[in-house]
Amino acid sequence: MPSHVTVMVNGLAVSVPSGATVAVAMVMAGQACRTSVTGEPRGPLCGMGVCFECRVAINGVPHCRSCQIVCETGMDVRTDG
Amino acid sequence: MDKISSQRFEILIVGAGPAGISAAIRAAEGGARVGTVDDNRAPGGQIWRADYGGTRAPDAARWTNLLETAPITKLCGTRVFHQPEPGVLLAEGSDILYELHYRALVIATGARERFHPFPGWTLPNVMGAGGLQAMVKSGLPVRGKRVVVAGSGPLLLAVAAYLRQHGAEIPIICEQASWRSMAKFGVALLSDPGKIAQGLKLKRELIGIPFAANSWPVAAHGRQALESVTISRAGKSTTIPCDYLACGFHLVPNAELAMLLGCEVNGGYVKVDEFQRTSAESIFCAGEPTGIGGVELSLIEGQIAGLAATGRIAEAKALFGKRRRARRFAEILDRTFRLRPQLARLPSAETVVCRCEDVTYSRLQAHASWRGAKLHTRCGMGPCQGRVCGPAAEFLFNWKPDSVRPPVFPARVENLAALYTHQETERNAVSRGKQ
Amino acid sequence: MSDASFDVVIVGAGIVGAACADEFARRGMSVAVVDREFVGGGATAAGMGHIVVMDDSEAQFALTKYSQQLWQALRRELPSDIEYEQCGTIWVAADEEEMSEVRRKHDYYSARGVPTEVLDAQSLKRIEPNLREGMAGGLLVSEDAVLYPPCAARFLMERAEKRGAELRLGAAVVQIGQGCVALSDGSEVRGGIIVNAAGADADALTPGIGIKKRKGHLVITDRYPGFLRHQLVELGYLKSAHAVTSDSVAFNVQPRQTGQILIGSSRQYGAEHKEVDYALLTRMLQRAREYMPGLGPISAVRTWTGFRAATPDKLPLLGPWPPDPSIFLATGHEGLGITSSLGTARILADQITGSKAEISIEPYLPSRAAKEHAHA
Repeated sequence: MPSHVTVMVNGLAVSVPSGATVAVAMVMAGQACRTSVTGEPRGPLCGMGVCFECRVAINGVPHCRSCQIVCETGMDVRTDG
Repeated sequence: MDKISSQRFEILIVGAGPAGISAAIRAAEGGARVGTVDDNRAPGGQIWRADYGGTRAPDAARWTNLLETAPITKLCGTRVFHQPEPGVLLAEGSDILYELHYRALVIATGARERFHPFPGWTLPNVMGAGGLQAMVKSGLPVRGKRVVVAGSGPLLLAVAAYLRQHGAEIPIICEQASWRSMAKFGVALLSDPGKIAQGLKLKRELIGIPFAANSWPVAAHGRQALESVTISRAGKSTTIPCDYLACGFHLVPNAELAMLLGCEVNGGYVKVDEFQRTSAESIFCAGEPTGIGGVELSLIEGQIAGLAATGRIAEAKALFGKRRRARRFAEILDRTFRLRPQLARLPSAETVVCRCEDVTYSRLQAHASWRGAKLHTRCGMGPCQGRVCGPAAEFLFNWKPDSVRPPVFPARVENLAALYTHQETERNAVSRGKQ
Repeated sequence: MSDASFDVVIVGAGIVGAACADEFARRGMSVAVVDREFVGGGATAAGMGHIVVMDDSEAQFALTKYSQQLWQALRRELPSDIEYEQCGTIWVAADEEEMSEVRRKHDYYSARGVPTEVLDAQSLKRIEPNLREGMAGGLLVSEDAVLYPPCAARFLMERAEKRGAELRLGAAVVQIGQGCVALSDGSEVRGGIIVNAAGADADALTPGIGIKKRKGHLVITDRYPGFLRHQLVELGYLKSAHAVTSDSVAFNVQPRQTGQILIGSSRQYGAEHKEVDYALLTRMLQRAREYMPGLGPISAVRTWTGFRAATPDKLPLLGPWPPDPSIFLATGHEGLGITSSLGTARILADQITGSKAEISIEPYLPSRAAKEHAHA
């Protein structure tokens, strides 16, 4: 297994340890996971799939809980909302 | 269209943390058909979450290895969202819908961190204490990062030790509880040799990290993400630059599923009898939902539930004494780390309380009940279904929580729309168009 | 205010009670509103929140059109949290038979000054691409709107309070009659006129008015802005047009201003409990998916139920109740209470003040229910 995988975060390539979650990729890339309903940037809070703050769009599918999803090479991840 | 899988179990366990794992293992020993279902990608729950490399603490490894080798069906990445009729749960996986039939159910849904709103708490890189630890376990590097650890409860110490092992610098741990109650907690721990050993180990790992009681975050600062945090310490404010704030105020039970299933709840905790039976027929509950007591109590309660659910009454009874001692610890935890009333003054008028719907503190102040606030502001109406803001609103306004309705966790329309096998498939002609 | 006396005491702080309070106070009456819970907490909170013109009968059309015009006149004053959105309704025709109903409806609305547009299959597909392939077309009623009802009720109530109305929450009404409203805390509120605006519970306070509870289910999703642009309603009910007594479901979805999708609808008689009826919910969502397959992977965050106040002739009861003329009824709006609240308030105020109403009030007078009551 390669030690790192590369995903696209808001159009930029980000290399993360293999096995890392998408939430980790967002934090490492310094990108907000979602934009809140009043326009604030938000990132992961609970880390366990309960708070829904880490929602991102993955390959065009909105509202994915990024802390519960492992990065796969070539994933296109975007800030949600 | 989703795949549908129908599975039958004698004993079904929701939650694969310590309570769920121990319940499953004891239930399976007698040859019963046992299944576990859990939202996380792997068993272990929060406390035993493996590092992304796969390593776990030794006691965790022992139980999780037992689970792996036992003839137990383990459904991971799967969320229970409804019980359409007694004895059947519906659960959603990434591309599959499960109908899980059971004779007896053990609810071992664990706990989540209590979050408490203060100005700036919604900034990226302000996370739960357990939340940041889970992120590091999921691959987030913290080497060389400055992390302020704050909030309440023994989790703060464990997290600080863990983060430091992984190279983080911890400028301070802020515990809102007073030295006095912490001292009582310490004395109580002295009566338990196991806890002393754990405590000493933790203490070694924490050497050199300043620990402040009577201390809590009053504001987090930053533009697009966290840059610093102001803490109150012994009545004085200090601002500390940092990369992350790991902040959780002890734990709240995940009692929503139990409530949906009609189990009686008292003070937020699921009521159980000596065999961990809830008030609902054939439904047991073990671990944090019955009272926040940590791993040890969860393991005992889980075993009792697993044994009792398979009729091994004598063996279950043999664990009652151990459970009694572990519960005393739970009561002390509860007393020690209860939020101090003055924290209710932390949010400013503009502080967001409901993060899903961005409802501010001042908008909530206009309301007299949780239900009224929800309907008029949408507080608690987003996808977290009030799991974050509900306990906060209860503490801030003394509002009683609402009833629980399906889905108990957001579910795809196609899964809510799916028929389960026992349901009549005949559909009547439709009618009327309006609302 | 146990000894206070008002010109009018309104029972129920739902959108109908709030609209009445606002209108009565505007006309100079002293008004009190009582409710066991809070403003807009009953059927108002449970409904979809549409402002629609409906044509089941001439009387229904007249009241809904009148009310929609009143909403349009109010529109500029509505605060943003009411989320008023003139998205329009599309009556979706699945086949040619339903297209003939589209044309009939178009003629009916056009003749009465309501702008509508007949959509062929291609134009429907273009403006609502998430509808299933093969729809025959539809009728766009462009001035229909949606709003967020609890906040609309609160806006009307707050305006009534500014005009001098008194609001008393927290005590249930146990009895009304002879100019007196008795509350569960032992106090009384007296008024020359008592308006029963208690929705589906109105029957318990004024027995014999013939209100039945008609339970509904709704589902709301996470935010998917742009997934649909209009309120969509199926015309398919024509094929089983009489399901007045049995449980039924129909495709009815709304785009909320938040980007959320509200999915209805269901109708049940004889269901007294608030619990979600999962089998019915399932049927309702299957119906929605038949029309919009793309709803399948969308995340549903909440479900709830509520009770509509239904009358046998599907028209509300607006006016004095003959057995006790101090009681005025303002209930029985079934699924159209949000729309009709403003018209209801005008009609009642006209009756109380002896003014001429802007539409004919005959069809809504409770005397028709009183006749049935007397015969029963």
